[in-house]
Amino acid sequence: MSASTTALNKNTKSFNRGSKTLKIALVGNPNCGKTTLFNELTGSNQHVGNWPGVTVEKKEGSLRFRGVKINILDLPGIYSLSPYSSEEIVTRVSLIEDNPDLIINIVDATILERSLYLTTQLLELQKPMIIAFNMTDVVEKKGDIIDYNKFRSELNVPIVPISANKGIGVNELLDLAIRYAEKKDGSKTAKKIYDDKVENVISKIENELSKGFNAENLQNKMSLRWLAVKLFENDELLMQKIKLQKTQAENINLYKGTVGLPPHMDEQMLIADQRYKYIYSLCAAAIKRKHAPEHITLTDRIDRVITNKFLAVPIFAVMMIFIFYVTFGPVGSFLRDQFEFLIKDVFGGFVLNLLTSLGAAAWSKSLIIDGIIEGVGSVISFFPQVMILFTLLSILEDSGYMARAAFIMDKLLRKVGLSGRAFVPLLMGFGCTVPAILGTRILEKENDKKLTILMIPFMSCSAKMPVYAMFIAALFREHQVLAISSIYLLGILVAVFTAMVFKGPVLRGETASFIMELPAYRMPTLKNLCLHVGARLKDFIVKAGTILVAATIVIWFLQSFNLSLQMISDKSESILASVGMAIAPVFSLCGFGDWRAAVSLLSGLIAKESVVSTMAVLYGTGGLAGVSQVIADQFSTISAYAFMVFVLLYTPCVAALSAMYKELKSVKWTVLALSYQLILAWTASMLVFQVGSAISKFF
Amino acid sequence: MKAAISIIIWRFLKGALGVKTLNDLKPGQFGVVEKIVCDKGLRRRIVDMGITPGALVIMKRIAPFGDPIEINVRGFDLSIRKSEAQNIQIKERK
Repeated sequence: MSASTTALNKNTKSFNRGSKTLKIALVGNPNCGKTTLFNELTGSNQHVGNWPGVTVEKKEGSLRFRGVKINILDLPGIYSLSPYSSEEIVTRVSLIEDNPDLIINIVDATILERSLYLTTQLLELQKPMIIAFNMTDVVEKKGDIIDYNKFRSELNVPIVPISANKGIGVNELLDLAIRYAEKKDGSKTAKKIYDDKVENVISKIENELSKGFNAENLQNKMSLRWLAVKLFENDELLMQKIKLQKTQAENINLYKGTVGLPPHMDEQMLIADQRYKYIYSLCAAAIKRKHAPEHITLTDRIDRVITNKFLAVPIFAVMMIFIFYVTFGPVGSFLRDQFEFLIKDVFGGFVLNLLTSLGAAAWSKSLIIDGIIEGVGSVISFFPQVMILFTLLSILEDSGYMARAAFIMDKLLRKVGLSGRAFVPLLMGFGCTVPAILGTRILEKENDKKLTILMIPFMSCSAKMPVYAMFIAALFREHQVLAISSIYLLGILVAVFTAMVFKGPVLRGETASFIMELPAYRMPTLKNLCLHVGARLKDFIVKAGTILVAATIVIWFLQSFNLSLQMISDKSESILASVGMAIAPVFSLCGFGDWRAAVSLLSGLIAKESVVSTMAVLYGTGGLAGVSQVIADQFSTISAYAFMVFVLLYTPCVAALSAMYKELKSVKWTVLALSYQLILAWTASMLVFQVGSAISKFF
Repeated sequence: MKAAISIIIWRFLKGALGVKTLNDLKPGQFGVVEKIVCDKGLRRRIVDMGITPGALVIMKRIAPFGDPIEINVRGFDLSIRKSEAQNIQIKERK
């Protein structure tokens, strides 16, 4: 330990010596870089994007810094402490209930006029607070100069300039946080933000409150000044909680009457207006801008093209086609073939030789080669394609395009009763259903959320992709892109159909508002991209290493033994075959009444990738070419397409189901969604097969 | 039906009284917010985003399908639907 840290430890002994940990809450606007900072601090890889509302629930992480244990709360981004959406309530309740030792307020230094609005409210809490001015590197690049000392002395709180995505200033921030939290001087006099008349009334209300009131322990946790401002603003949630004596309430109303509201304003607007005015004059004095506000920025120029009346939709379509072409076209399939060769032939061959030279028993060879390597290997070989899809979607997200997509699509989505904001979670559904469903929390209205959750599973997730890829490799070699895009398109159409069906029963009343920030475009950073893709990689490896290995072992066992537990050579006598044969007739109308297809669909409930691994084990003859051959023999193009349609539409994996249940908060709706998916999948794939077969007879 | 009638009446009144609302601005035009007339929840959202009486609003563009619109207020860009912008009365400024 160096001399300087020892010196620091003296200052921070109470956090250091005891078991006490320092609890820090990160609070800021949506899309201000909170999650980036959180990842930077805790080394975790929470999801970051460039659209407002990535963090929808609070997350906790911990770290040790110079011997001090620090717990960090990453709270959802909010614009104001007046709770209107669920994330605002989460943040507000957490600040009251969790009672952090220190608040780090992160502000986007490129738009201080808006970011500091929340700051003025946080200051009223009178808790120890530090402001981190984030994205200062962007400010510098723009040529603007911020006078930090001016802000420090005006706002009377410590300010640290940082650049979270480059890791600049993060250590200074932590140093200051530890020192500052130790001093515990949150109870300083409040900053005068409002004009004399309003300040006067607020201090009178404060005075009235200090006489005592009943409010579910609020009085010990919240500063009187904050409560007074909230009462002045007529904050409904707080008004219900605070029980005032009759004389107190009367006095407060009397004080409020003396303010003399300007025309067309009420108390809440007056407060908001004065906060913004205060910030405006502060920023005008403390920021030297290189460009006038009318300056045409790069974002403006990009938007002129991307949201252009005639170009917007074609650009969107081209981007989507490009993504699918790269993923499923020559690039993706080439990588997959290489990967496949590497795992099954090179690695598999090596293991087989090893086992043979060790003199392993035949059954163990069969388990490892035909079971694990065949099954898990066939999933892993699709890994490059999943990664390409994920990387490209991440780039779209990080750049800020998603918010524009919502802006462009709002009108269309409103036709099915949704807000443009729903577009972002829907698009995320192509990556993975689980975060997409969690992402619906950015929707303000409960009903919007419900409808979006019902739609998301039909946006074909990347785990279903290996299934399509396998069938396409076997039967649709010539029309790869057509086959795959028609499947994805069908998913979208079914999602729209679902919205139409459930619009009536689910959505009553008006649609939610669409007041949304359009963030400036950002160059996606490699680091962020690696975090995204790395998280998915980890998830994939963990899944492959645990669930899929277990599933393939079970499948291998069930297909290698018969009911009297004897190892068999004919798979159709196995335990699995008897189970599969019981289910299979259900699918005979869909064209895949084979027991192996039925079993693989069943295993897909655990994870969609295991449809592939199960098929590989059951049809397995070694190598992709082998499975492809068997699939080409077992399926016709029509029944294969019907199978893909079924996979597209049927019940999502267990993880997605539990996410659905978590967000819908209703057994009834979850069961309803589940049965709807099953019935729809069966009907659609049956129709595809029957109609397809009927048509093919004419040719 | 009721809503449709009230919209027609509102348009007529606006014309007769010479009232302008945010959605009347053409891309590139400026306006100063005069008052906000709508239900409390929506108004709170509008106000929290910095659209308060006296604030300067720049109309930036209209979405490809004609709705929503993008405005700039206090140095940042917001998207807002025309139906919401209609609640915000403004004075045009050249």
